[in-house]
Amino acid sequence: MKKEIKQAKEPGILVDSLSWYPKKDKNPILDKLNCLFEKGYIYGIIGPNGSGKTSFMKNILRFIEPEEGKIVLDEINLMNYKRKDLAKKIALVPQNIRIESSFLVKDIVMMGRIPYQKRFADASEIDREKVKKAMLLTDCYELRDKSVTTLSGGEAQRIVTARAIAQDTQCLVLDEPTSSLDVKHQIELMQALVKLNEKKEKTIIAVLHDINMAAQYCNRIIMMKNGRIHSNGKTEEVLTRENLIDVYDVDFDILENPRTGKKYYVPFSKDKKV
Amino acid sequence: MNTRKIINLGKYVNSKDMWYKLILIIILFMCIVISASLGSADLSVSDSLKIIFSRIPYFGKRIDLSEIAEVYLRIVWQIRMPRILLAGLVGCGLSVVGAAFQGLFRNPLADPHILGVSSGAALGATLAMLSGIGLHFFGLGVIGTFAFFGALLTAFIVYQISCVGSKLPVVNILLTGTAISTMLSSVISLLMTFHHDKIEKVFLWTMGTFSAATWDRVLFLFIFTVTCCGVLILFSTELDVITTGNDTAESLGINTVRIKKIIMIVASLQVAACVSVSGIIGFVGLVIPHCIRMISGPRHKGLLPLSCIGGAIFMIICDTIARNAAAPSEIPVGVITAMLGTPYFIYLLQRNKKGGLS
Repeated sequence: MKKEIKQAKEPGILVDSLSWYPKKDKNPILDKLNCLFEKGYIYGIIGPNGSGKTSFMKNILRFIEPEEGKIVLDEINLMNYKRKDLAKKIALVPQNIRIESSFLVKDIVMMGRIPYQKRFADASEIDREKVKKAMLLTDCYELRDKSVTTLSGGEAQRIVTARAIAQDTQCLVLDEPTSSLDVKHQIELMQALVKLNEKKEKTIIAVLHDINMAAQYCNRIIMMKNGRIHSNGKTEEVLTRENLIDVYDVDFDILENPRTGKKYYVPFSKDKKV
Repeated sequence: MNTRKIINLGKYVNSKDMWYKLILIIILFMCIVISASLGSADLSVSDSLKIIFSRIPYFGKRIDLSEIAEVYLRIVWQIRMPRILLAGLVGCGLSVVGAAFQGLFRNPLADPHILGVSSGAALGATLAMLSGIGLHFFGLGVIGTFAFFGALLTAFIVYQISCVGSKLPVVNILLTGTAISTMLSSVISLLMTFHHDKIEKVFLWTMGTFSAATWDRVLFLFIFTVTCCGVLILFSTELDVITTGNDTAESLGINTVRIKKIIMIVASLQVAACVSVSGIIGFVGLVIPHCIRMISGPRHKGLLPLSCIGGAIFMIICDTIARNAAAPSEIPVGVITAMLGTPYFIYLLQRNKKGGLS
């Protein structure tokens, strides 16, 4: 707990009454969001389909521009960053991890160092070390000389994650990182993120579908519904039965995970009790 | 403890690329010399080598040309060399644009003609042939001039239509290019039905030929090719990342929209220049980059320069065959590129079945 109090003073990402809507359509996809991503925590953004999770994520990455409000990163408005400087602050693990051309794994991970490199410059010793560390952390160092086209979905996910880690940013955004992984790799990936977070005190923001993944590994949950933040706070406080019913429109049994002591959520239909 | 491993990991510059470049440049030079010696007036390879070297400043003065007849000097330097160099430049330009487009649009079927530029050129050329206006631009002749501006106009239209706000979605570009291209082709067909007498001329132009090569045209194309290749190679890292995904590229600090625009502009200029001097030569821009990718790998830093050299070699060989195989008449070079290239391409595909095209 001491650690948490200390970190709360660190600057993070402040979202200040952020609204976004597609140009022609005046219905807001994001409606006056307010929240703070503090440094050193793992945040899970959850919510049903169409609740605005992805749009929110795109705003944080500056893929789209807020219509109203602003996002402030380290006390500077996100829109005022130069592209390369922003790429040194926020990294993305995209949802679509399929790479069609036959780059080598090490080439792909090395791409994470591009924001730090001058045009045509070779990889520096620091670049190589960061790349290697990222590959070791995500357990893909052994794959370094393979072509990415030969990899399984799980392996590809780990490589793309390694690239984002090699980017050495204080904030890491993951778009449904576990959706294409089997159980083992889901757990391994989330544990790698926890480990990364312990060591470097990064801010990790993961858009998640799996409530139990969020419950297990996230310190903070932002729950979204209809373009608004429904609730926001510590995992246990947000993931209550009332909140979940309200947001997902299904009922939940809440059990306890005997190994970790954390909550485990079992959904069932409100009407039929199956 | 693992310093050696770290260093191994960092060996990113493919030292093989340097060798490939060197080997391909030697082959290119051999092709130029051999091609210069082939033709209706037969020269020995050593004679054509002497003639070419004699034109190199300082060094050339030491070469003794007294044994070679004046007429051969003129044939090699005034007739064959411009044609060989023009073919080389067209091959180089089309291949490098094809390679860049395949990466930029993340589509293995992309080729230099995908933006509809060539159809615009063909329509321009057709109009010039039918109207018979006398107009010249940089030694291009009236047909070339019309083709060049037809191509640029088409590229501009395709670009304007496929823009959505400040974005340039790949699907829009490809579909607009194909649609405009089809429409322009039917306009050409329509024009031809009204002008039966010109059908053959238009048809032959669209098949591509280098028979009208001059030093002026070589210079014209050289300027475009150097600029285009330079700009594309400058963006090779960005192209690498864009190949792996648009979002990834954006999150790595790359302005994908700006890069798309720049590449589309220089590529359109390059293709317009190529088509206006040679007609529409298919296949090179599609297949040479794939062939090169099989030896160089997908990194554009190696792929783009090697495509330049490879495209030039291939085009010079094709043109040499085109002007010699059925002498004294000529085969359109576009026919040769496809007939020669396809079997080789299929052979490479079979050999690389594991890796696939990309």
